[in-house]
Amino acid sequence: MAALDATRTRDGVDAQTLRTVEAMAGKYKHGWETDIETEFAPKGLNEDIVRLISEKNGEPAWLLDWRLAAFRRWQQMEEPTWAMVHYPAIDYQDQYYYARPKALSRKPRSLDEVDPRLLATYAKLGIPLREQMILAGVEGAEGAPAAARKVAVDAVFDSVSVGTTFKEELRRAGVIFCAISEAVREHPELVRKYLGSVVPPTDNFFATLNSAVFSDGSFVYVPPGVRCPMELSTYFRINAENTGQFERTLIVADRGAYVSYLEGCTAPRRDTHQLHAAVVEIVALDDAEVKYATVQNWYPGDEEGRGGIYNFVTKRADCRGARSKVMWTQVETGSAITWKYPSCILRGDDSQGEFYSIAIANNAQQADTGTKMIHLGRNTRSRIVSKGISAGRAQNTYRGLVSVHPRAAGSRNYTQCDSLLIGNRCGAHTVPYIEVRNSSSRVEHEATTSKVDEDQLFYCRSRGMSEEEAVALVVNGFCREVLQALPMEFAMEAQSLVAISLEGSVG
Amino acid sequence: MLEIRNLHVELEDGGTPILKGVNLAVKGGEVHAIMGPNGSGKSTLSYVLSGRDGYVVTQGSATLDGADLLAMAPEERAAAGLFLAFQYPVEIPGVGNMTFLRTALNAQRKARGEAEVSAADFLKLVRAKAKALAIDAEMLRRPVNVGFSGGEKKRNEILQMAVLEPKLCILDETDSGLDVDAMKLVADGVNALRDAGRGFVVITHYQRLLDHIRPDIVHIMADGRIVRTGGPELALEVESNGYAGILAEVA
Ligand SMILES: Nc1ncnc2c1ncn2[C@@H]1O[C@H](COP(=O)(O)OP(=O)(O)O)[C@@H](O)[C@H]1O
Ligand SMILES: [Mg+2]
Repeated sequence: MAALDATRTRDGVDAQTLRTVEAMAGKYKHGWETDIETEFAPKGLNEDIVRLISEKNGEPAWLLDWRLAAFRRWQQMEEPTWAMVHYPAIDYQDQYYYARPKALSRKPRSLDEVDPRLLATYAKLGIPLREQMILAGVEGAEGAPAAARKVAVDAVFDSVSVGTTFKEELRRAGVIFCAISEAVREHPELVRKYLGSVVPPTDNFFATLNSAVFSDGSFVYVPPGVRCPMELSTYFRINAENTGQFERTLIVADRGAYVSYLEGCTAPRRDTHQLHAAVVEIVALDDAEVKYATVQNWYPGDEEGRGGIYNFVTKRADCRGARSKVMWTQVETGSAITWKYPSCILRGDDSQGEFYSIAIANNAQQADTGTKMIHLGRNTRSRIVSKGISAGRAQNTYRGLVSVHPRAAGSRNYTQCDSLLIGNRCGAHTVPYIEVRNSSSRVEHEATTSKVDEDQLFYCRSRGMSEEEAVALVVNGFCREVLQALPMEFAMEAQSLVAISLEGSVG
Repeated sequence: MLEIRNLHVELEDGGTPILKGVNLAVKGGEVHAIMGPNGSGKSTLSYVLSGRDGYVVTQGSATLDGADLLAMAPEERAAAGLFLAFQYPVEIPGVGNMTFLRTALNAQRKARGEAEVSAADFLKLVRAKAKALAIDAEMLRRPVNVGFSGGEKKRNEILQMAVLEPKLCILDETDSGLDVDAMKLVADGVNALRDAGRGFVVITHYQRLLDHIRPDIVHIMADGRIVRTGGPELALEVESNGYAGILAEVA
């Protein structure tokens, strides 16, 4: 507050916009915690903790060895410092690496066995754990009728999967969708074949840490030629204090398969920082298509930068097969620090990678996010659309690599990178790395930076919208290309999340 | 309904006086035309009434049905029934025309304690109004004013006015840059809204708009003041002799 008071803008609307945005701090909607007994592994990280996590999950020896190798490797590694984010050193020994609601110490066989307080948590988050149709009141251009669609949900609470819905229906289609801990037990051949094949345990500091201590996450396998009959989604919720969350997601789309996957995340408001270091691996074989959408709404910290999630995430897709296609879409509104570069390795000839991103950083938030498109196969295509919105004192960096290898003849990339500034104390940075190592490929990069336009806001207000509504509308317009890339269940949610992030008028 | 008394306005930046004592009273059912040379303050008057930043009112008052307009936020003025058709309508990339209109309508209704309009009812309402203005479905889908021709932008302003049904409508040079057919559509749109409870302030340079929207009262504005007020014949005088004679007379 004080910092903002010190700022004097002559510009009336801009001053009001600042106030609006300032009011947003402390309005985080999912900041409550669930009062539930939790079992922790002892604080700190050593081989015994790694063994304990493996044992709790009932894992086979090969996986324990895999984890231990990662752990030994991690001990030799240095935390990366190249990103444009600043934070005090993380004490990795002052964290819990495993937390589990007591009620889940025996895996519930159905939702009826799940602690009602856990179910209430998800109800409060608006996440359907009962197998029900989701009503998406999506308005088409001509006001198309609301559509009823099914979404299967895997809910992960702290370190453990609470339950997965629509399993039976998915099984009939041949689709496997379950907690990764369960997949290790029931489909070990698949997990063993693909785990770490996209993000190897040696990949980077945070991914290696994840490989050592990941507790749960989701597993998806779509068999050849199968179009997954519904959207799949995972909701991650960090509840316990001082606990890192290290989930691991593995999605395999076999030849000609199709799946669309949604991921959502929230956490309670806390004064201390919490670490989140997830890994997502996607494998797309010949002619397969995977769409992966994230709405990341971890607790961002307060306006002074106290608390909030440190989000260090490695997400990568391997377009292993010819003509395979992966599309990443992300709406990043939460976290104190976001360090995240969902990437595509375009290995198969004619494979395609897309990355659509909205990153909103407000108050003291820092976001360093972007993508890597690695063109290895011939005639590979990639498209990057990034929309960064900065407000308050936030710093928002787009960092993207487009690398076209000698063998990747005839490849194309198009990158569009737009930044929008609200107020005059925030920053937007664009750091593109481009390497093209053959002469038949083409790479295009466009970047713009602009301020929220006063005339647009006044025009909206003169038609009756409050300033908050006007900002939300204009910002949503700025993000439109990315919002349109989201599955419709998320498009509405994301749109209102964009509004809420900049509105400060929640509840 | 609209009462402007001795309104003095200067620019926030630098303090240049622009309006120097404007008086204007518009009753329900009346159409007032304001004419006057470029730079005389017509647009400034419309912006100050609708609450745009950058101006400081140093003296005087403006009320709508007795309520102090100048104390309200722009959106409150809109909800109270004030509407300005902009001389230069603003483009909003990425925001569909329909979404914009519906957000605006529902915001006003909410502010007045009325229920929101359902998607279906809204669609019906807009389609009917758009048809009369020869605005097709494609134009309703496009982002607000983006890539619209000058005439499309102005017709779009009138569509917004028709949907929002304000009490007091200010049209700032809505006829400028329109061909005869487009001007006829705009005039018809305005005439369709004329009724005993609604007032209009039509800012224009041209008699040809006033041939279609017949004003009750015509004002001439010069150097921040209304210098002459008369009937429709005053506009005809401007049409044939320009402003020079009138300005010389009042100087
Ligand atoms: N924001 C502004 N900054 C600088 N000058 C302005 C501004 N708004 C209005 N003016 C000046 O005020 C005078 C009146 O302008 P305006 O209201 O647009 O006149 P009109 O609409 O009658 O042509 C002009 O001299 C114009 O240059
Ligand atoms: Mg003007």
